[in-house]
Amino acid sequence: MIGAARRDWLLTEAPASRRQARLGQSYRLWMAFSRNRLAMVGLGIVLALVAMAIFADVIAPYDPLRGGGLRTARLLPPSAEHLMGTDDQARDIFSRIVHGSRITLMVVALVAVIATPIGLLVGTCAGYFGGWVDTVLMRITDVFLAFPRLILALAFVAALGPGIENAIIAIAITSWPPYARLARAETLTIRDTDHIAAIRLQGASSARILWGHVTPLCLSSVIVRVTLDMAGIILTAAGLGFLGLGAQPPQPEWGAMIAAGRGYIIDYWWVATMPGIAIFVVSLGFNLLGDGLRDILDPKART
Amino acid sequence: MSFIDRGGVQSHALFHLRRRGWAVLRFAGQITFTFFGLLLATFLIGRVVPVDPVLAVVGDRASQSTYDAAYIALGLDKPLWEQFYLYTVRVLQGDFGQSFLTKRPIVEDIARVFPATLELATVAILLGTLIGVPVGVLAAVRQGRLTDQIVRVLGLVGYSAPIFWLGLLGLLVFYANLGWVAGPGRIDIAYEYNFTKVTGILLIDTAIAGEWAAFGNVVSHLALPATLLGYFSMAYISRMTRSFMLAELAQEYVTTARVKGVSEARIIWGHALRNAAVPLVTVIALSYASLLEGSVLTETVFAWPGLGMYLTNSLQNADMNAVLGCTLVIGAIFVGLNLLSDLLYAVLDPRVRRS
Amino acid sequence: MNISRRTLLASSVAAAALLKAPLAWAATPPDTLIQAWAIDDIISLDPAEVFEFTASEILGNTYDGLVGYDVDDVTDISGVLAESWEVSEDGKTFTFTMKPDLQFASGNPITAADPVFSFVRVIKLDKSPAFILSQFGFTPDNVEETIRQTGDMTFEFEMDQAYAPTLVLYCLTATVGFIVDKALVLEHEADGDFGYEWLKTNYAGSGPFVIRDWRANEAVVMERNQNYWGEPPALERSIYRHIPESATERLLLQEGDIDIARKLSPQDIQALRGADGIKVQEGVKGSIYYLGLNQKNEYLSHPKVREAMKYLVDYGAIADTVMEGLVEVHQSFLPKGFLGVLEETPYSLDVDKAKALLEEAGYPDGFTVTMDTRNTPDITGMAQAIQQTMARAGITIEIIPGDGQQTLTKYRARNHDIYIGRWGPDYQDPHTNADTFARNPDNSDDASAKPLAWRNSWDIPEMTAMADAAVLEPDTEKRAEMYRELQREHQQVSPFVIMFQEIEVLAMRDEVENFIIGPSFNDNSFEFVTKG
Repeated sequence: MIGAARRDWLLTEAPASRRQARLGQSYRLWMAFSRNRLAMVGLGIVLALVAMAIFADVIAPYDPLRGGGLRTARLLPPSAEHLMGTDDQARDIFSRIVHGSRITLMVVALVAVIATPIGLLVGTCAGYFGGWVDTVLMRITDVFLAFPRLILALAFVAALGPGIENAIIAIAITSWPPYARLARAETLTIRDTDHIAAIRLQGASSARILWGHVTPLCLSSVIVRVTLDMAGIILTAAGLGFLGLGAQPPQPEWGAMIAAGRGYIIDYWWVATMPGIAIFVVSLGFNLLGDGLRDILDPKART
Repeated sequence: MSFIDRGGVQSHALFHLRRRGWAVLRFAGQITFTFFGLLLATFLIGRVVPVDPVLAVVGDRASQSTYDAAYIALGLDKPLWEQFYLYTVRVLQGDFGQSFLTKRPIVEDIARVFPATLELATVAILLGTLIGVPVGVLAAVRQGRLTDQIVRVLGLVGYSAPIFWLGLLGLLVFYANLGWVAGPGRIDIAYEYNFTKVTGILLIDTAIAGEWAAFGNVVSHLALPATLLGYFSMAYISRMTRSFMLAELAQEYVTTARVKGVSEARIIWGHALRNAAVPLVTVIALSYASLLEGSVLTETVFAWPGLGMYLTNSLQNADMNAVLGCTLVIGAIFVGLNLLSDLLYAVLDPRVRRS
Repeated sequence: MNISRRTLLASSVAAAALLKAPLAWAATPPDTLIQAWAIDDIISLDPAEVFEFTASEILGNTYDGLVGYDVDDVTDISGVLAESWEVSEDGKTFTFTMKPDLQFASGNPITAADPVFSFVRVIKLDKSPAFILSQFGFTPDNVEETIRQTGDMTFEFEMDQAYAPTLVLYCLTATVGFIVDKALVLEHEADGDFGYEWLKTNYAGSGPFVIRDWRANEAVVMERNQNYWGEPPALERSIYRHIPESATERLLLQEGDIDIARKLSPQDIQALRGADGIKVQEGVKGSIYYLGLNQKNEYLSHPKVREAMKYLVDYGAIADTVMEGLVEVHQSFLPKGFLGVLEETPYSLDVDKAKALLEEAGYPDGFTVTMDTRNTPDITGMAQAIQQTMARAGITIEIIPGDGQQTLTKYRARNHDIYIGRWGPDYQDPHTNADTFARNPDNSDDASAKPLAWRNSWDIPEMTAMADAAVLEPDTEKRAEMYRELQREHQQVSPFVIMFQEIEVLAMRDEVENFIIGPSFNDNSFEFVTKG
């Protein structure tokens, strides 16, 4: 897979360039990571999810939204023709699950894209400026941390109205506080370093220092933290969907699919069971991956 | 208090308690700020929701005069700031207003449904602790071996499965197919009127009344949801126990004890676990709080007439007053348990350092 | 390691013991009827305020009205608390005479003072259902003069016009016309509220059962009325339990934990039809499922488009699958069981015809519209099925889901394209539905009345006049014919795709006998129920 020479170059004790050092560091982490079998399984699941989302149109044998005849193709059990059976609207469940992976990925991605910058901005500002800015921002952060996430998300969705976009916003709103705390802690260790002091002496503006120098240094640890949270985000989104407050029919969101199959569970077990398995596998994948990442990146937790 | 008997520890703990005193005050201020912030946010959003609150009161068919009367009765003709002021004053007096859905004071509603949630969460946390702690210890002792891996995977499974889905499958298998447990709800109607509800906690109420058949029925109803919720807290507790135990087992005193020939069982259960117990209490308190969160989805599946189901019902009917009331109550309990675990930490752990 | 293993074992044994805890399955008591239903719609038990399905049924079994009708033939109207009535020559005044020697559950005698008090109370409190009485010209200011006691057992009821007598009598059979115990209610009056605060959660009637307890979202408990003036019921107690989940109701019924399951999904009804020890009883109800096409939308306002859409619903398939057993196909605004019903169903799924109509309208490639959809399983299921068939003619429907209040708020503001909804009649007279589907006296945005025709911006002065004439027609047969004519035209031109009429289905244990399902919810009766 990787040539011996290149391997030596990566693992050298005396890297010739910064790039070599960084790549070597990444490679070592990758080696540590790849030894963790469970983590590799997790990575495999996540990659499979991404592939499924990208090639959904190719993989899914049927239209996820339009079903067959109500009288002929409704609530069929799993068979060669319909791998996971059909639902109450005569739609192929397998096709819906395949297309549902897009919604799941979209939720995870959008929450990350919305919550991470908010967390970074609040955290770095609080840490960098200190004083009353710090006090105000951190008190606001505490307001959000004081409430259980699902409950707060529920309250927000109730106010905003049901729908996948609102569910994403609600989850994002409830996700950023831990990132802000983390970014603040990181910023506190960075802001008094010579490096930053030197830049400040050069007359760089605060915004520039924050954006150009502090944020990049906080980014990696925040991203790891976001990865660890992804399974939780998926479960929260599914929970909102299940309560009828997330994605709405006929969208093939997995939580909403379980809710729709709930009334059929006794006679047609597959309708609710299949999307549940999908949620379980994917969130297990993210958990295994996150667990592995934590093991190699956080030496304190390494055992 | 117990720390007074512990001689040397005493002054130390007192010192920290005093410092904690300030922390508690700050914390109280923070809670006030927190609640006010949430109150304002939800009030404002609640007023811009595209739902006509009058409609919830008078329904679709009422005549215009009926509608207008209700509009004024709800105070909707007043300016927004005045509505918020009146609302805040009422909340401070412990009046969350009336539920559109049940037409009763929300405080009364919450008081009525809360014991159901408390009972479920308490049984679940007991199960989670009684199983989670020994399992976590075992995993730490057999670190890296098969047992440890199994415990780890079991924990991850607990983190990954959607609880509402497991609940549905559980009902399908254990109630509908096997008939091992009772179905949704807290108690069968046949027993419901056999005893008086003193505490609202049916296990206690039936026991007081000596209605053992009813007691059995309650246990049977509790079994499935409590086991499920218990499993989820078990996953967390066992994992934390494992890491605390690993930290303890790496301490010098363990090596010393081993050299002295103290039995392994005594080292593990007598020394290491006792020391690990301090942070564990915090963990358990926190996971007790998070069970409140888990109860929202679980109660929906099991038709458990508790706070979670009340909240979900209100949500689905855009009953904003009730939603806000529940959110505040759950938030208060959450904050309270956090505070409690902090205090316990300060009291129990002589080594506590300023964080 | 031994110790740890033993501890582990002990805890798992404890868990297993809990799982196998003693199970005592008990059948329901023989003198108690337990029904599972969704009772979360109850907001009050006061006849002046009740307007919800479950509460109507409760009142129907605990209160009496002046008059009633035969549930199998609603044209057969007879007295309940009233012995007789006369209409004055100008047709404006009814004189009622009460039956002698009747009493309330409290033991108080029933006199003409009670109906007078009850009606005045309704008009003065002016709660949601008050319009059913106030439409006859009663206002809080004039009601004390227009509804007046003339003797111990007689009173007069004077209206502003000569309304059709059937309309008046049918309105009095609604729950808002039920008679409350004046003396008892006045004992609990506070600040001149006519006992409103008290009666919300209490009881002051004369029916076969008394309401003992209502716990919101949990249960309603009724007991036999020991002072009932008629034949006392066989049941000692009748209980509703709040169980909103169909699957749960089904399991409870099969386990024998309840006697009747009231809120069942099509698939659960299907499964229960064949189940041991269980029988299914059904009857048509007045609710109608329809699509409202907003005429403010440029596509939907085209007559050909309206017609095309009536050919793009697979009525039969939906009634046989998604809504199996819960609805039957029905395409006119008066439901079966009403005077003047029109049972013709001219429309069925015909994609080619619809395409041709769309082409004539100038939309050969279809268009995109939204549909506001309440997020309940039945409405959502129907909406998705309709979405699929509309798509076959090029009409793309985007479903906008929301809870009941949300969709309704939008509908009442005329901000929708298509609204998929359910309409239940307010009382048993044809005017109730004609008033909303075929009358729109003021189509301006700030109109005070918001009938369904107004909500869909359908301006129909002529049809409104036709509906108004039918209200005043004294001859019952002529009146029925007027409504049939109205419906025929409505069916052709209206922006309403009327699809189904509701069927109410109950699954019950075999031993439950004599449950009566009537055309409206306050006609559903368990007065004669026995459990063998």
